[in-house]
Amino acid sequence: MRLKDVLSPFLAWKNLFREPVPIKDPVNRQAAPRYRGFHVNDMDVCIGCGTCESICQNAAIDMVPVEGIETTREDSGLRPRIDYGRCCWCALCVDICTTGSLTMSNEYQWIDTDPEVFRFIPGADGKPWDKRELGYRKPDNYELYNTERTPMPELAPEDRDKSFIEIVRGYSKEQAIREADRCVECGICIATCPAHMGIPQYIAAVRKNDMEEALRVLYETNPLPEVCGRVCTHKCETVCSMQYKGDPLSIRWLKRYIADQVPLEKYKEILAADGFEQKDKKVAVIGAGPGGLSAAYYLANLGYRVNVYEALPEPGGMTRYGIPEYRLPYDPLDKDIEYIRSLGVKMHFNTRVGKDITLEKLHADHDAVFAATGLHLGRSTRVDGTDHPRVFQAIDLLRKVTEGKEIEVAEKIVVIGGGNVAMDIARTLARLQNRKYGKVGITLTSLETEDIMPADREEIVESREEAIRIEPGWGPQSIEIVNDKIRGLKVLRCLSVFDENGRFSPRFDKDETNFFEADMVVEAIGQGMDITYIGEAFGKELALTEQRKIKVDAFCQSSLPWLFVGGDITGGTDAITAIADGHRAAKGIDKYLNRET
Amino acid sequence: MADASKYRDFFPPKNPDGTNIIDLESHKFVKIWQGPQHPGITGNMSLELIIQGDEVMECKTHVGYLHRGFEKLMERRKFIQCFPLVCRIAVPEPDFNEYCFAATVEELAGIQIPEAAVWMRTLILEMSRLTSFLMHLGGQSGAFGLGVVAQWTNYVRDLMLDRFEEISGGRIYRMHMPPGGVRGLTPDGFDARMEETLRTIEDVMKDVDTTLFNNAVFKRRSVGLGYIDPAWVDLYGITGPNARAAGVPKDVRKDYPYLKYPELDFDVITATDSDIYTRTDLRRREILLSIDLIRQILVKMPKTGEYMAKMPNVLHWQIPKGETYIRSECTRGEYGFYTVTDGSGYPRRVNVRGPSYTHAVALMERMAIDCNIADTAGLMLSLHTYPPEIER
Ligand SMILES: Cc1cc2nc3c(=O)[nH]c(=O)nc-3n(C[C@H](O)[C@H](O)[C@H](O)COP(=O)(O)OP(=O)(O)OC[C@H]3O[C@@H](n4cnc5c(N)ncnc54)[C@H](O)[C@@H]3O)c2cc1C
Ligand code: SF4
Ligand code: SF4
Repeated sequence: MRLKDVLSPFLAWKNLFREPVPIKDPVNRQAAPRYRGFHVNDMDVCIGCGTCESICQNAAIDMVPVEGIETTREDSGLRPRIDYGRCCWCALCVDICTTGSLTMSNEYQWIDTDPEVFRFIPGADGKPWDKRELGYRKPDNYELYNTERTPMPELAPEDRDKSFIEIVRGYSKEQAIREADRCVECGICIATCPAHMGIPQYIAAVRKNDMEEALRVLYETNPLPEVCGRVCTHKCETVCSMQYKGDPLSIRWLKRYIADQVPLEKYKEILAADGFEQKDKKVAVIGAGPGGLSAAYYLANLGYRVNVYEALPEPGGMTRYGIPEYRLPYDPLDKDIEYIRSLGVKMHFNTRVGKDITLEKLHADHDAVFAATGLHLGRSTRVDGTDHPRVFQAIDLLRKVTEGKEIEVAEKIVVIGGGNVAMDIARTLARLQNRKYGKVGITLTSLETEDIMPADREEIVESREEAIRIEPGWGPQSIEIVNDKIRGLKVLRCLSVFDENGRFSPRFDKDETNFFEADMVVEAIGQGMDITYIGEAFGKELALTEQRKIKVDAFCQSSLPWLFVGGDITGGTDAITAIADGHRAAKGIDKYLNRET
Repeated sequence: MADASKYRDFFPPKNPDGTNIIDLESHKFVKIWQGPQHPGITGNMSLELIIQGDEVMECKTHVGYLHRGFEKLMERRKFIQCFPLVCRIAVPEPDFNEYCFAATVEELAGIQIPEAAVWMRTLILEMSRLTSFLMHLGGQSGAFGLGVVAQWTNYVRDLMLDRFEEISGGRIYRMHMPPGGVRGLTPDGFDARMEETLRTIEDVMKDVDTTLFNNAVFKRRSVGLGYIDPAWVDLYGITGPNARAAGVPKDVRKDYPYLKYPELDFDVITATDSDIYTRTDLRRREILLSIDLIRQILVKMPKTGEYMAKMPNVLHWQIPKGETYIRSECTRGEYGFYTVTDGSGYPRRVNVRGPSYTHAVALMERMAIDCNIADTAGLMLSLHTYPPEIER
């Protein structure tokens, strides 16, 4: 023991002469910029996907309704409420938040005697720190899921511009699983899908590589998965919560992947289609398009005897006679239809109701009728010159191509229309021109400017890749004809397409004109319906809507209780809407036929 | 070794292994409990002591007051959800848990983390070591009645927590090392603020030198007390400073190099006297080494660049079937996670190997024999144990 050891501890007394250092001001303390304090949620950005709730291992988050926040297509209307008795401030919820709406403030302290106030809805229950600029944010280049879509293998322009081979090649197993892995299972898409398909469930089945389960989920709501897996308008993808930090999920391609994996022979076993109870009631379906096929499928599953009457020689409606083969080849379409027929659905082709058989007769022979006859009459712009024999309707040409008939293909063609039908005919004609002339000479013109053209973006891009010239924002004025020969289309600058109320009412600038040279013109500006088969007697009893469409209820039942109507003729615009209508109609018919009276 | 037998008669007789033969019926012994609610106990643990006079004849350790079942909880959590859980296993130095868990998942999933993340993790672990030692040093001196050192070291520890707050947004639970990388690199101006903090710590350590290590009271009470026989190191599985102070150069940083330690310049610190004083002094040198290592890391580490690997969707993350043992050197020695996965989204079994189990249970029971009851607190502190990691 040294004397020093006795004395030196007293050096601590030197601190008596120092300022007291350690005390930091706890009230005004500024926490670090990255401080993980109470949450802040931007109510306008949050979509109520609930992914924050899924990741929280403390179950601190509940998704709850909030006053003033409406449920919309892309917003569940719920918002996270956080219980700070459970939260451990790990910020995993912030990291995974699909929209980036959820952050944390750097508020250092908050004291209250009421424990209840420590459970609140950040953003909705205003807090003093809501306006703070600092606090934990999801770091850049740091993601807890893959934000990028797995690219779809496609044919290059030079490999496809002469042929009708399907452009999209489909995912491999690895690609499909990688894409399916991105889904956070928020389910926002389900409400948007017209058929309310079990999207997160079938995607989960892809992830588990359980194709049988996946197929079962598909058929619960959609008996045309091969078709929809290729050409669906995929509204679901427009609301997918993955789109906020990256690309939305390829929901459509995953559906296609599933349907492509399972061979038709296994369908019956997987879908347990044998042995459902047969009823002795009969239902007639008019039209073998997606609407009719869907109704037939679900009616057959309910045990009804179904007769489908179709005017054309083959089933599929517009999906066969409208959509070109390079988007939807016939084999997958036939696969879907084959399965429906295998359930005992009888199809009568080349049988136009109203001509070959009357609706009265169908009514007399069946207990109920479902009509989904689609829109098969082409509409004309009716500008001068449209009565020329080399002015065609897009859907007429597309039908002829499907039928294998020769169609007119001029060297220079103008297509009028900015929707997908216009793209389909332009791209079909481009392929035929390439074969015939070795080059493409197509100008596609639309009223709409490119940003509001109704066609899908990828259609526009791919059309350009196939050497189609796109001229948006012009209104057709007249077709110039010299010596009975078409010389081209005169157009005016279109200033706007819709009026303030969103009604179709185009305005033009008479001074800005243009001329597109052509020796053939194709109109693709929409289709009309032909429901003359209803006849006068029934027609009188049939209630119509303001838009002069047949009025139906939620189960597609018209004012004639035995007549159900759906698909394009009641306002649908795509296959999936028609399919959903068919499903609803089948339920409605079942309800109607089992009525207790 | 301070041979207690010199100062008292030879009662009670001893077993060959050095334990006392005790007959409670003889009424010559008293049984008392120390803890779990006792400042002289590290955390929620208790000692069941049989004493004769003021000497401990037998010591039984009791744990279970803090059992939160982490290992079991992890079996019910997705891998990403285990990340905010594991830090709680050792409160004063949570980062070793984070590192071991993240490295486990990365190894089993085959994920390579970016270079900057590896440096960042090394920095955090060294900061964590320094912070934890500072707190411990205060506890050690407090156990011998020298409260003032605890106030100083806790002050500088608080400065370290400020630095952690800057990096991660958290003071105690940093949660900065999710599987896949880190949540960010050092913020702007961090190096200067860190340097200032390190200087302050060095100043305080000088004061600690005069007040604690050159202190007659501390020396009288700690020199010769709590001797760990080098032969016990393998017998009990002793690691870390407890082993190094007995002259056994065990250090995972050197023995099983991980992260960026192979690129840092340092030697394993050892000592020979193996008593409480030596162990405390060795930890003081560890503090200075950590300060040096932090400086080295800050010079060498990249300040920009990728810090997170590309991750699959963590909500459905399934880790291939496998097993692994990941270790690191924490303040108290070898800290390891033995993990078995079955290909599902949840760990099948996790076993956390903290040094406290061996040090606080088996070793403490052996070492308490013949020591004075006034010294049990100092003795226990000198083994540097954290009950939560015993009761994972
Ligand atoms: C060129 C083109 C491309 C398209 N691309 C897409 C696309 O990519 N994605 C998408 O989702 N949708 C697309 N659509 C729309 C889609 O094809 C239709 O919305 C869908 O087919 C409507 O189904 P439906 O059952 O109501 O009618 P339809 O498919 O039109 O089927 C009606 C059926 O009824 C038959 N029929 C009509 N009248 C009678 C009668 N009196 N007696 C017996 N049978 C009759 C018709 O011959 C036809 O087969 C496209 C349409 C066209 C024209
Ligand atoms: S910070 Fe962590 S514990 Fe708190 S609500 Fe978010 S995920 Fe849950
Ligand atoms: S993850 Fe984000 S967007 Fe989704 S509900 Fe939570 S806060 Fe809102």
